Amino acid sequence: MQQTAAHAAVHHAPPQGFIRKYIFSVDHKVIGIQYTTLSLVSVFIGMALSWAMRIHIAWPDTHIPLLGWIAPSGAPGGLMTPEYYLSLMTMHGTIMAFFVLTAAPMAGFGNFILPIQVGAADMAFPRLNMASFWTTFVGFVLACATFFIPDGPPLSGWTAYAPLSAVGAVAGPGQGWGQNLWGLSIAVFCVASLLGSLNFIVTTLDLRTKGMTLSRLPLSTWAWFINAWVSLLAFAVLLPTCLLLVLDRLGGTSFFIPSGLVINDQLQPHSGGSPLLFQHLFWFFGHPEVYIIILPAFGIVSHILPTFIRKPLVGGWKAITWAMVAVGTLSFVVWGHHMFVSGMSPFMAMVFSVPTLFITIPSVIAVLIWVFSLYRANIRFDTPMLFSLGFISLFISGGIGGFFLAQPSTDSYLHATSFVVGHFHFTMGLSAIFAALAGFYYWYPKMFGRMMNETLGKLHFWLSFPLVYAVFMTMHLTGFAGAVRRYSALVDDFMVPLLGVNKFISICALLLGATQFIFLFNAIWSRFKGPKAPDNPWQATTLEWDTTSPPPFDNFGGRQVTVYHGPMEYDGDASVMQTSPAPSIAGT
Amino acid sequence: MKTQFRIAALTLLLLLVAVAFMRSAPTVGASATGQIVGTVKLDGAAPHQKPIDMSKDPACAQAAGGAQVATENVVVGANGGLANVVVYISPGLTGNEAASASQPATIDQKGCKYVPHVVALNVGQHMTVLNSDKTAHNIHPQPSPTGGNAQWNKSQTVGAGPIDVAWTNEEVAIPVKCNIHPWMRGYIAVVKGPFGLSNDTGSFKLDNVPPGSYTLTAWQETYGTQTAKVTVAAGKPVTTDFTFKAK
Amino acid sequence: MAGKFFAVVVVLITLAIAYCVIAHVWWMPVDISVHGPKIDHQIEETVLVAGLLFIAGQVVLAAFAFLYGGAQKKIKQIPGGAKPLVIFAFLLVGTEILALSFIGSKAWGAVYFAAPDPDSMRVDVQAGQFAYYFRYPGPDGKFGSIHPDRINEGTQNYFGIDTDHDPDAKDDIVTAELAIPVNKPVLLTLHSKDVGHSFYVRELRVQQDFVPGLNIPIHFTATQTGRFEIVCTQLCGLGHYNMKAYLSVLSQSDFDDWLKKQAAEQ
Repeated sequence: MQQTAAHAAVHHAPPQGFIRKYIFSVDHKVIGIQYTTLSLVSVFIGMALSWAMRIHIAWPDTHIPLLGWIAPSGAPGGLMTPEYYLSLMTMHGTIMAFFVLTAAPMAGFGNFILPIQVGAADMAFPRLNMASFWTTFVGFVLACATFFIPDGPPLSGWTAYAPLSAVGAVAGPGQGWGQNLWGLSIAVFCVASLLGSLNFIVTTLDLRTKGMTLSRLPLSTWAWFINAWVSLLAFAVLLPTCLLLVLDRLGGTSFFIPSGLVINDQLQPHSGGSPLLFQHLFWFFGHPEVYIIILPAFGIVSHILPTFIRKPLVGGWKAITWAMVAVGTLSFVVWGHHMFVSGMSPFMAMVFSVPTLFITIPSVIAVLIWVFSLYRANIRFDTPMLFSLGFISLFISGGIGGFFLAQPSTDSYLHATSFVVGHFHFTMGLSAIFAALAGFYYWYPKMFGRMMNETLGKLHFWLSFPLVYAVFMTMHLTGFAGAVRRYSALVDDFMVPLLGVNKFISICALLLGATQFIFLFNAIWSRFKGPKAPDNPWQATTLEWDTTSPPPFDNFGGRQVTVYHGPMEYDGDASVMQTSPAPSIAGT
Repeated sequence: MKTQFRIAALTLLLLLVAVAFMRSAPTVGASATGQIVGTVKLDGAAPHQKPIDMSKDPACAQAAGGAQVATENVVVGANGGLANVVVYISPGLTGNEAASASQPATIDQKGCKYVPHVVALNVGQHMTVLNSDKTAHNIHPQPSPTGGNAQWNKSQTVGAGPIDVAWTNEEVAIPVKCNIHPWMRGYIAVVKGPFGLSNDTGSFKLDNVPPGSYTLTAWQETYGTQTAKVTVAAGKPVTTDFTFKAK
Repeated sequence: MAGKFFAVVVVLITLAIAYCVIAHVWWMPVDISVHGPKIDHQIEETVLVAGLLFIAGQVVLAAFAFLYGGAQKKIKQIPGGAKPLVIFAFLLVGTEILALSFIGSKAWGAVYFAAPDPDSMRVDVQAGQFAYYFRYPGPDGKFGSIHPDRINEGTQNYFGIDTDHDPDAKDDIVTAELAIPVNKPVLLTLHSKDVGHSFYVRELRVQQDFVPGLNIPIHFTATQTGRFEIVCTQLCGLGHYNMKAYLSVLSQSDFDDWLKKQAAEQ
């Protein structure tokens, strides 16, 4: 598909005025920066919540004055109550999973880069794109609002299992209006995500410029495209799930609440519902969600690697793309592995275990492709490459933990221990963050027209990488020792001996958090004081590097770009841009 | 002569002031108000109070120091005296929130029990909640939904300061429980006017009762209420006894 | 330089993790159940399989980062392109997966697919915010009916049984501790009073959620006497961290004494 009618619709006049240029903009580049900024704010909020949690775990008698000011009943005098710890934990997971990990790698970078990478002037539906950002923003405001209402944020975890989340305020502190706002916030986020997916899919299919066949798409675009399909199907299930939850709470329904429950000495008026139904619905979304988070990371790293190893990936575009398609597809049939001991049929547990183990295969193929592409390469260890290598190491470690959780027999010991917490922080947390940071350092010159400081970038990496292992690999180990997750205090016979190692984890976590300020400073300072960026600072080949840094309003300054090559034509110092009419390098 | 006259006048003035002062003083001694005393007894055998196993929280078990702790739904002392009975003046008394309103009542979470098991206080009187245990508690009074008192739920971690509350409506009695330790039960009786709480010999005392005729109500958590009519005269205690029948 | 440094850091981290796992610096407690050895064996197998993959992956990554920094003489791809990688992934990982699944299903089956011994001692387990209570059927071997509207924690009627009118309930023994005789099969029925909870005894290698509305059976036989923690692992509210009970595995005579004493206190 070459020029279509949609193409013409995308060429709109340049915006006038501050509001149209920077606030309510239909320009995909502005929207991409808006998403990225929202994610940056969210990640620091999410981290701050985790610092408060870790301080409380290690030193439970600490008075945290800021906390006491925000939450006089949740943390009177700054001393955290058990319910407030769980509320902070719930919002940490919610903000990180949705507003950081789902937003930044996909909506942040994808929005800015994808249209340029396919050679388009903008996304297919620019106004819809603007709507999806501002809808996400409304979701964010609703989530943050939970901190400022009297009942505080919900405490049922980002997983919000029923009936705890469904019966209403009678379930105890933390289950008042905060849970309703949470449900609405996530439902709004779902809508925004669905709108975004539409744009990604149509733009990739319909707005590719002349010569940009599917086989020449950059791998990041492939990843965003595949991910948009996974998102569409997964968020379509989360949206009604949140609405059903809110209905149980406010509408007198009993989708998830059976009869005969006595909570706070009151017999609950519900009947007929199933708590397991909630879990199936949630995890039907929840498992693909972790792949929604990691697929853009796969794409970003697969895209960055060739630039810095100066050769194409092993297997070209096909092998890694098929691996991503396989991972995305299989992600829909494994959700039951979150429910092995949930009361779901033990036979179904075996049924879910098999594809859960099999999804290892395309993941291993992807890792092998990345690792073996390094063989006989000319590696340039700039900051984006360091974070990409870090991503590979973290993803291997996280993936290995999956072997233990994919089998019901071994999971029956490790379920709900800190092993799981370590595992998902490695896989959907820090691997994705490292890939997002790689993308940030890589595309920053293009997005902002300035170079980030390399020394600070390298310092950021060398401090963060070992600290991530110190915090989250240790959690895998304490999980074997029986450390249960989601405990606001370590008082049990098994937990008390682990207080020392938990202090170690907390100290490393606070150091890891402090390190991120190096990055924040670099990102803000470089925007104003960094050296001006050339068009193609990394000597890369894809279309975003064939325009100015930052690109002009319509991405290519009115030029008609034609594509002649695939995205990975590198051979050491030599490379051929996709838009160059010069002949291909042999063997690439 | 003039000086002596001045001293006499001054003394008389001082005397007059003293008398006026004494006359305007509120409830001073037995001369202005009366007292109601009595004993509450249980007729019959008290139901078996099941021992409470607190092993789920070693801090609770430790605080008890090995002593056996049981439920306190019916506490009977020697001679059949029934403890923890709240005796108060039911509608009939207007005004005169008792002088005890100035001192806060205290309820302590100690050994994972409420001490005292029943606390009685006046409307508007402050109540201080303490946590003397080495474990967190979550104090949760459950007033009647139509009674006008607000339901609340607060955690008190180890080392947290006291919680200060006051109740706005009369209610006999508000059950209080701990969300973390399900066996913990106590009661908060909020009344208007003078009240008494029977001790472990069953005796109670209402002080500072203005003279008059009243209906006296005795409330026990398991057996409910009983009433008696009583007339109070100034300066003399009047005795009323109550007997609850064991089921 | 950066590549060599990266390689060293990765190898050191890998060695540290491998050491901690192999030396069991933080490890599982002793196993006290009949089915436990199967689960422990499965965990050891997985440690071996996953551990080898982990070490291999990190070491190869480190080696390539070490060797291939900077400008080399000639860029080369591995022979065969992606094909050997795909075949390796399917064959090696596929075989491992099938092996683990097959053997692992026996371990899982020992817990869930084997029928409980018909002579099992039955105990009814109720989880509620934030404690566990246990009920033994008493000499008549029958459990009284549960009436949620009769639950009264203040009088310690945690199960809401009607001892006045329900003959089956009269001899039910309600306790806050789960005592069982050693080497005897036990069948627990798990039900929840309010929200989701879980029953987790690390030494027994048993973990099972309570689902409101369901009565979930689990069975096991304990092989050693002692006192073991039962903790809640399903987030149930503010007291989740403090929700536990003790499992006492006793000799048959000690258990009989205990049960008699508990019956006297009802």
